[in-house]
Amino acid sequence: MNQRSVSRGARRRRPSVWTLGGLLVAACVAAPLLAVAYLAVVGSGEPGLWSHLAATVLPDYAATSLQLMLGVAVGALILGVTCAWLIAQCRFPGRQVLAWALLLPLAMPAYVLAYVYTDALEYAGPVQTWLRAQFGWRSPQDYWFPEIRSLGGAVAMLSLTLYPYVYLLARTAFQEQSACLIDAGRTLGLSPWQSFLRIALPMARPAIVVGLALVLMETLNDFGTVDFFAVPTFTLGIYDVWHNMNSSAGAAQIALVLLGLIVLLIVLERRGRHDQRYHALTTRRRFTQAYCLSRRQTMLAWFACLTPVLLGFLLPAVVLGGYALRFYPLTLQHGYWTIAGNSLTLAAASALAAVAIGLFLAYGMRLSSSGLFRSAARVAGVGYAIPGAVLAVGVMIPLAALDNAMDALSESMLGFNTGLLLSGTLVAVAYGYVIRFLALPLGAVEAGLGRIKPSMDDAARTLGIRPGKRLARIHFPLLRGSLLAAMLLVFVDGMKELPMTVALRPFNYDTLATFVYQYASDEMLEESAFAALSIVAVGILPVMMLSRAISADRTRRESSG
Amino acid sequence: MITSNRLSVRQLDPAMNPLPRYVRILTIALAMLLSGNGFAASHNDQVVNLYSLRQPFLIAPMLAAFTEATGIKVNVVYAKQGILERIKAEGRNTAADAVLSVDIGRLNAMVAAGVLQGIQSDAIDANIPPQYRHPDGLWFGLTTRARVFFVSKDRVGEDEFLTYESLAEPYAKGRICIRSGKNVYNVSLIAAMIAHHGEAWTRDWLKNVKANLARRPQGNDRAQAKAIYEGVCDVGVANTYYYGKMQTNEKKPEQKQWADAIRIVFPNHDGRGTHVNVSGIGVTQYAKNRDNAIRLIEFLSGAQAQRRYAADNFEYPVKPGVASDARVRSWGRLNPDAVDLAYVATLRTAASKLVDEVRFDR
Repeated sequence: MNQRSVSRGARRRRPSVWTLGGLLVAACVAAPLLAVAYLAVVGSGEPGLWSHLAATVLPDYAATSLQLMLGVAVGALILGVTCAWLIAQCRFPGRQVLAWALLLPLAMPAYVLAYVYTDALEYAGPVQTWLRAQFGWRSPQDYWFPEIRSLGGAVAMLSLTLYPYVYLLARTAFQEQSACLIDAGRTLGLSPWQSFLRIALPMARPAIVVGLALVLMETLNDFGTVDFFAVPTFTLGIYDVWHNMNSSAGAAQIALVLLGLIVLLIVLERRGRHDQRYHALTTRRRFTQAYCLSRRQTMLAWFACLTPVLLGFLLPAVVLGGYALRFYPLTLQHGYWTIAGNSLTLAAASALAAVAIGLFLAYGMRLSSSGLFRSAARVAGVGYAIPGAVLAVGVMIPLAALDNAMDALSESMLGFNTGLLLSGTLVAVAYGYVIRFLALPLGAVEAGLGRIKPSMDDAARTLGIRPGKRLARIHFPLLRGSLLAAMLLVFVDGMKELPMTVALRPFNYDTLATFVYQYASDEMLEESAFAALSIVAVGILPVMMLSRAISADRTRRESSG
Repeated sequence: MITSNRLSVRQLDPAMNPLPRYVRILTIALAMLLSGNGFAASHNDQVVNLYSLRQPFLIAPMLAAFTEATGIKVNVVYAKQGILERIKAEGRNTAADAVLSVDIGRLNAMVAAGVLQGIQSDAIDANIPPQYRHPDGLWFGLTTRARVFFVSKDRVGEDEFLTYESLAEPYAKGRICIRSGKNVYNVSLIAAMIAHHGEAWTRDWLKNVKANLARRPQGNDRAQAKAIYEGVCDVGVANTYYYGKMQTNEKKPEQKQWADAIRIVFPNHDGRGTHVNVSGIGVTQYAKNRDNAIRLIEFLSGAQAQRRYAADNFEYPVKPGVASDARVRSWGRLNPDAVDLAYVATLRTAASKLVDEVRFDR
């Protein structure tokens, strides 16, 4: 590592550490995704599967999935952007509390929400029973009540648990927007409403789109909710083809079609932006003056921000808490503390690894003009859109191939068998998490870097500061909020992750999520309510830490700017 | 001496190996460190490693009894998806010695993928009748469960809903509740109908059943009992053991009321018999602890475990002469359909396609 040789080398365009390392990392990350593609192309599918599907259920899957995605997109956008704007740009009592409370539904698994609401809203549930008692109705024929187990129900459940992605990213974007533009708009006579629609919202678009893409990917991926509500989406189709027609190849094929859909959406959005830049044009970063709300406006703001928290978190948490109080001794008997420890360490380690790799890749993209690297990094981000169980198979194939190759090599060279070194270990599970959740740090860091002017990089470069140092000294401090946000998202998602953990885990190993699943899949959610509540509770702490960090970041910068 | 599933030193003669001794020792040490299970397993020769499609808490008491009786430790990975793919990917180094399944369909898929090996054991063959095991010993049924009707005590006459065929009768209009047609147990039931009546007949039957449904297929088997209790429908299709689980549910006493509202009908009792499914086990092709796996199957199919297995989960033992639980007996006598389950399993894909074709779940 000699300074002169590096700088001289750079002149001759020798591939940098960033390009080579980035390619290596991207290859590791892309391997499972390529394995899924391999499975889809090479695997022996059921003959005539696609013509059968196309003639029968595929149109239903497609229509339902699209409706679900559209519904959830609209729901998450309305909830997420409205609340983000109110919290970021308005001053009203209780704003501080709502700022982090709005993130809470993120910690609530959608299928738990579905379970709780079905109990409450179905025919025998307390709501309908009460209505019948009030109005003297006797049978389901006497009145109309919305069916919770429906497409609409699934849209509601998923919107309520997923809007925080949009909220979190939009709020950060709104807060980091320079006031100068808004002020310029004001001098041109824009009303607050107009400056929101014509300046703030377009400026926040990249961040909002990243959030929305995450929401849509999670929606496509959801199995628990649509299964419980019997809503025939692509995901149900994948599992059906896999299990009832014994065709993992067919499952991988549908998964890839799905993925194509998502990639298309992302590409369209990028095209739509026409390479517009979204960073501030001045280094004078003065933050926007907040709007002070009147009493009536405050009431409205409270209503808007409290509703999603109430429906997406408080209500289901109270119901779960009730079960947990009754059944917690049972959960404690089953090695609860070990299981909780497993969940925490696995989620934390994966979050760290994912954020480090995401930062590396996103920064590499900023540095490198290599098209290969850019596409590799893009591939790395799509793991989020592939159903967990299918991706788990994608992780197994290259890992086991590596293990078996090592075993064969060691047998011929060293004379003993290594067996499986990585398959069926925690390394495999963590690897799976990183692949699955890399889109979160990648998206967050990219959006964060996008807001930092390239002239900053250029200035540092003229001062002879090398890329690694530039990252550490300039970008990293500016990115801290984004990185924290990404780490939190991966951590909370890791706590909830189920299909990959289940399929890749070592013997006799449980996390809180697999523990809950074991009971919930036998229709005994109550028995595991304490564990389910623990997942939620663990999610709350980082949510609060993050929210405070973002606010503190802003205060610090405000006072120093 | 290392005889574990993870590490085995086949050659230690230095002359045979091109690398220096210390390199080998270092590599072995590193391999043992990396290999999570290998280290522990190398100290414990007596293990059997299971990949299970069945929730561990349902089988844990039986496995504990096995360990107590034999000293063989049982390690379990439980998953509903990806077990077969994992065994395939791990190949000859797979850690799994045996696979537990709750449905004939999955066992059949394992057979088709060629990941199981034939086991010949007189003790097992004496325990398990031929219709509940694979002819070449690739899998063995451990318990059976019947797919029956839950019917309303008040609203269903003694002469109604006596056969699966009757679900398509005009009198069934608007009276049937059922979970998704794609559920494994429903697919197996439809496959059995194909086995008896052929595909074309079964398509018409399924279409008529669909037309008779009281509501879109949804929920699980228990939810059908609840719907009957609520008056949404009069008959539900469900596995027997759910009735026992509801009758004895102290944690959610309301489920006892659901069970009180219904009685069990064993369809086709007086004819070919009621459709049954098996939970079963197969030994993997590359099992490192094959003998221990066989001992486990012998144990689980033995009288003591069969009695306990059946009683704990309200299922039917496969071993002849082992009585089912008194509560299960009180529901009526089971006359199981004698059709070959391995054959039924091969019809599952066709059955699944029929469900699509008649848009059963819409």
